[in-house]
Amino acid sequence: MASDVKPRVKVPKSAAAGEIVTLKTLISHPMESGQRKGGDGNLVPRSIINRFVCDYNGANVIDVKMEPAISTNPYFEFDVKIETAGEFAFTWYDDDGSVYEEKKSISLS
Amino acid sequence: MHLRSRRILIAASVFALMSSATAYADPVEGFELVVNGEMTLVTEAPASANLEGALDTVYSGLLFRESETREMEMDDFSNPGMVFVDQGLDLWNKVDGTDGKSCASCHDDVESLKETRAAMPKMNPTGDDLWSMENYINNCRTTKMGAEAWKWSSDQMTSVTAAISVAGRGEVVNPKVDGAAAEWWEKGKELYYTRFGQLELSCANCHEQNYGNMIRADHLSQGQTNGFPAYRLKNAKLNSIHNRFKGCVRDTRAETFGEGSAEFRALELYVASRGAGLSVEGVGVRN
Repeated sequence: MASDVKPRVKVPKSAAAGEIVTLKTLISHPMESGQRKGGDGNLVPRSIINRFVCDYNGANVIDVKMEPAISTNPYFEFDVKIETAGEFAFTWYDDDGSVYEEKKSISLS
Repeated sequence: MHLRSRRILIAASVFALMSSATAYADPVEGFELVVNGEMTLVTEAPASANLEGALDTVYSGLLFRESETREMEMDDFSNPGMVFVDQGLDLWNKVDGTDGKSCASCHDDVESLKETRAAMPKMNPTGDDLWSMENYINNCRTTKMGAEAWKWSSDQMTSVTAAISVAGRGEVVNPKVDGAAAEWWEKGKELYYTRFGQLELSCANCHEQNYGNMIRADHLSQGQTNGFPAYRLKNAKLNSIHNRFKGCVRDTRAETFGEGSAEFRALELYVASRGAGLSVEGVGVRN
């Protein structure tokens, strides 16, 4: 398992109904591409986060397939239209099978 | 005839406006560094008495960066250095060495070192050497924790110095330059004005006489250290002050001093004193 993996999410605490809010997510991860050689001349095995998903109250918001060319600490920023109060669930899937999760609620103002 | 000369005049004045705008693009004017929408940091201050005749105003290096870079520093979420600060805080609480202690065992919360960053570098407890924050950390590690010293610009070292700097964000840079430190300060000043390398450049040639001008494709700043350890976009990691000094001296095509050397610690003190009055920026974002 990649060390020091830490998901971070920024979601506004509240929004008006119908408002479009910006979500920001960042996860610290080395994103080893699998194409570099180590000091011993052998390839460093690939270890990346290969999928990122955001759901809102069970409905999918965004589902991203990620490839090795994505750099360290992948950052995603996207907009969501808020109709009801609820909870965002963010999930990152690692090559090694680890799953990192984070949840954030948002209320209507 | 009359009309024509007026037109030329207008054209000339537009041109003059444009060229003056280019010449004085740096440091950017009217910019206020507000972090997370709540903490206002000082990025421009009247120069201290030590700088009389050299500079009137001191500017944070942030004012010489593009607006995109400046925006990154205004929010902890978009500041890429904060990932390393988190790692630094983990290290702060991590037990290491034979004595079973972490930084937190003695210092509790990192906030207890709030005033540390602004006072660095500082004479050591016995008063016979000038120490940078890295020296203090390694002293703790080797004498109090029974742990191995970290390398000066290692990932662990820069992330812990960054965590301590963020705790001291907003404090005003004010290193002590009198008493036993005076000798070091004089030595640092001498280094600052000494030309090095095949290009025969001193720190002052660029950072005092030509800040705001271009050096090749880059904007020269005053070389202030208040934003350090800084996240640099060019290498996507935190950079220590001494690492940056080394880069600068190397660019003059000189054999550089080592990180942690007496020369660089003296220079760190002198440069820090030139930035007296600016806020500690925690982790600055630079290119």
